Amino acid sequence: MYSSLTGTCPAPPERDRWESLPAGRQEGARCERSFLCSHSVRHCVPGKPIRHTQGREFRRARDRTAPPCLPHPNGVGGELQMEKTALEGIKVVDFSWAFAGPFIGAYLGDYGAQVIKVESHSRLDITRVTAPYKDGITGVNRSGCFLVVNNSKYGITLNLRHRRASEIIGKLIAWADVVVENFGAGVMERLGLGYEELRRIKPEMIMLSATIQGQTGPRSTFAGYGWNTVALTGIGNLTGWPDRSPVGTLQAYPDSVVPWFGVVAVLSALEYRRRTGRGQYIDVSQYETTCQFLAPLLLDYAAHHRVAMRAGNRCPYAAPHGVYRCRGEDRWCAISVFTETEWEAFCRVLGSPAWARDERFASLHGKKENEDELDRFVEQWTVNFTPEEVMSLMQQAGVPAGVVKTNKELFEDPQLTDQGFFHRVEHPEIGPCYQQAWPIKLSISPLNIRPAPCLGEHNEYVYTQVLGLSDQEFVEYLDQGVFE
Amino acid sequence: MLSPYRALDLTDEKGLLCGKILADLGADVIQVEKPEGNPARSIPPFFEDIAGPERSLLWFAFSTGKRSITLNWESEAGKDLFKRLAKTADFIIESFPPGYLERKGLGYEVLTKTNPRLILASITPFGQTGPFKDYKAGDLVASAMGGMVCCTGEPDRAPVRISADLAYCQAGVHAAIGLLIALSHRTATGQGQRVDVSMQASIVRTLHTQLPYWEYGNRIVKRSGIRRFRGGVSTREIWPCKDGFVSWMFFGGAVGTQQMRGMVEWMEGKGMAGSLSAEVQNWATLDLTKVDPEKIKSWEKVIGDFFLSHTKEELYQEALEKRIPLAPLNDMSEVVNDEQLAARDFWVGVDHAELKTNLRYPGFLFLTSEENCLPKVRRRAPFVGEHNSEIYLDDLGLSEAELNSLRRESIV
Repeated sequence: MYSSLTGTCPAPPERDRWESLPAGRQEGARCERSFLCSHSVRHCVPGKPIRHTQGREFRRARDRTAPPCLPHPNGVGGELQMEKTALEGIKVVDFSWAFAGPFIGAYLGDYGAQVIKVESHSRLDITRVTAPYKDGITGVNRSGCFLVVNNSKYGITLNLRHRRASEIIGKLIAWADVVVENFGAGVMERLGLGYEELRRIKPEMIMLSATIQGQTGPRSTFAGYGWNTVALTGIGNLTGWPDRSPVGTLQAYPDSVVPWFGVVAVLSALEYRRRTGRGQYIDVSQYETTCQFLAPLLLDYAAHHRVAMRAGNRCPYAAPHGVYRCRGEDRWCAISVFTETEWEAFCRVLGSPAWARDERFASLHGKKENEDELDRFVEQWTVNFTPEEVMSLMQQAGVPAGVVKTNKELFEDPQLTDQGFFHRVEHPEIGPCYQQAWPIKLSISPLNIRPAPCLGEHNEYVYTQVLGLSDQEFVEYLDQGVFE
Repeated sequence: MLSPYRALDLTDEKGLLCGKILADLGADVIQVEKPEGNPARSIPPFFEDIAGPERSLLWFAFSTGKRSITLNWESEAGKDLFKRLAKTADFIIESFPPGYLERKGLGYEVLTKTNPRLILASITPFGQTGPFKDYKAGDLVASAMGGMVCCTGEPDRAPVRISADLAYCQAGVHAAIGLLIALSHRTATGQGQRVDVSMQASIVRTLHTQLPYWEYGNRIVKRSGIRRFRGGVSTREIWPCKDGFVSWMFFGGAVGTQQMRGMVEWMEGKGMAGSLSAEVQNWATLDLTKVDPEKIKSWEKVIGDFFLSHTKEELYQEALEKRIPLAPLNDMSEVVNDEQLAARDFWVGVDHAELKTNLRYPGFLFLTSEENCLPKVRRRAPFVGEHNSEIYLDDLGLSEAELNSLRRESIV
């Protein structure tokens, strides 16, 4: 498959590409035809011997030509898969727990990276012991919260505090391209797993630490959860009604934001390492990444000392813009009208009522000035219809509108269903269940979602097949409690 | 980290953050705007509240580090120019309604004829396929259809969204992820591909516990004000204190023991622990799901009184010492003045000479040990067509005369 294995660069089109680049971008452009070739494109000619065909690079090359991913011990994945996954050959060791960290490995794993999640019996991942459980029966392999965030990983248990754990860790680190963790700042160092230690084993290691407030600074030791970051970032205060207490969000919103930036960081670092051979240590904070989303409001304060506040469902540049009661028990539809064209269409859907021609609603400014009344008029109309009817009538006329969907309704949503968002998988203990896909669909790279692992499910496989312990060694470690 | 790569950014507010992320990571990101300017430039807030294409703070925030050219891709000459640009690009990011680029003769099939390595990310409310693909949505509608609105707000009023357009940002980050995954694929195969991003699905992906609650618990999770149903029990999360609000939740069991002990000792120290010390002997074995909800509320009363007698800063400082997960509900002024963010040099001053001001922007996306990799704001957002000359003349090799003629025909 790869002629690079014979030791020559297979990259005839690369020179053309280089010549088509603007002058400023030629320097530093690297050969992309072969993952082996680290030549500058300028020097990239077919048949030229490749520099790094020995040692680690060669082994990586050999791994790349092996089956697309590790054959899965349950017989799913690997050997059955025909298409090439985008991230195959990327090896991740995942020490993270709870929500924010594990999403990173799940995202990478679903697109083909080999992700080994390291857990221990003595300090269970909080999501393994969080309701809801399948059939209401508690059990470390039965929590929906664990399943939702750990898809497509290999699960091993390892007692990091055992005196012989370092022998295993050494092998794991030597195997890995990327290490992800989200313990409190300083915990990895205390476990002997700080970045400097990892680099001694693997100089080009990429390590990512995700925390609430970062690895440095006076609050780096803050021991909190994602819902605390809802508060810190201002999202808590920005959610609710202006005349009442803030309500914040049910979900720990920044627990979502930090892993997405984490995936961006890991993939960029891998890309950088491919070109330069250099790894890096990445310190990503929930607080800071979520601030990226709030940048316009932060600039508004910086420029004008104006403090944005919760506004129910209102929006400074649209009206009507709200969630309106519809027919049925606690049923609602969101409608947002941004442009004049949408306003005209909106009025037509309502049958061009007299109030809509009122001078006070003629401009956006007027609508905003009289928004309470405007909202009352809108709701007088929406209560006569189900939210589905409102959405359909509005959307057909080109007005943004959408049902306020419950968690139950999401599983039946025709759009999500059509896109295959909910993947049916077979979990070894709880049987058939769903793992969610991602908000992206790639036209070529397949998504290969496997169920989240049971606790220690892949111990034997990973320790013997991946890390190369003999059966005798495996049993020895097992007996000594290293895999507790 | 992405310095060898070029992106053409055609998005409006729904996708601007994607290109901003790529620019922070070092890519050459060119915002391609119609001569009248990107629609996102008309979104408030505006600098000094004066509307204008070079004054939108949303535009400033999400287009920093990009360059801008103008191009009317409706015209034949404009289309040709766009194709020439696309030949030099690694990524294109767009947020038009599905099918728009195809209708303009600039679909993926056309563009990849000359550049098969091209990766195209499309950001839309519901994705490129499916029964709702042509539905329109802003942040509110996407948040409602993605299930977030349903579980936010108070039971006696309508469900609410977060009062900021975060769904757009989510879509932008996922688009960046999609491009990077596709880049990895391209590195191995030489082949580009399309990335289809759905705002609705990006909202669904934030519902960590709500999805399992239906799948495994048959429980419909609705808005519950300041209370949260987590771990099988409803407890309070947002509490008023002397000068604002703090977030804190109590939970027992192995996970909650340390913080509950610390909390009760703290309250005892102030003589304010009330019945709590006597009624709970061992936090480690306390299973809140087995406790009468009225009892929980009576404990919350004791704790609530304790919070009310302290300021949020007092509570936060002490919580940091005692390793209790408690944080103040900041507003934007408190975020901007936050000690931790300042200590990490998070803020970046960006010069807006034309406005005679220097604004403090949120800085790096993350910190890294590789100094030259730090993803950060590089320069202010571009004016409409600010880089026409350098891109059309230097990069595409047009002559001055050609560019002037394009300008006369309002193509540039």
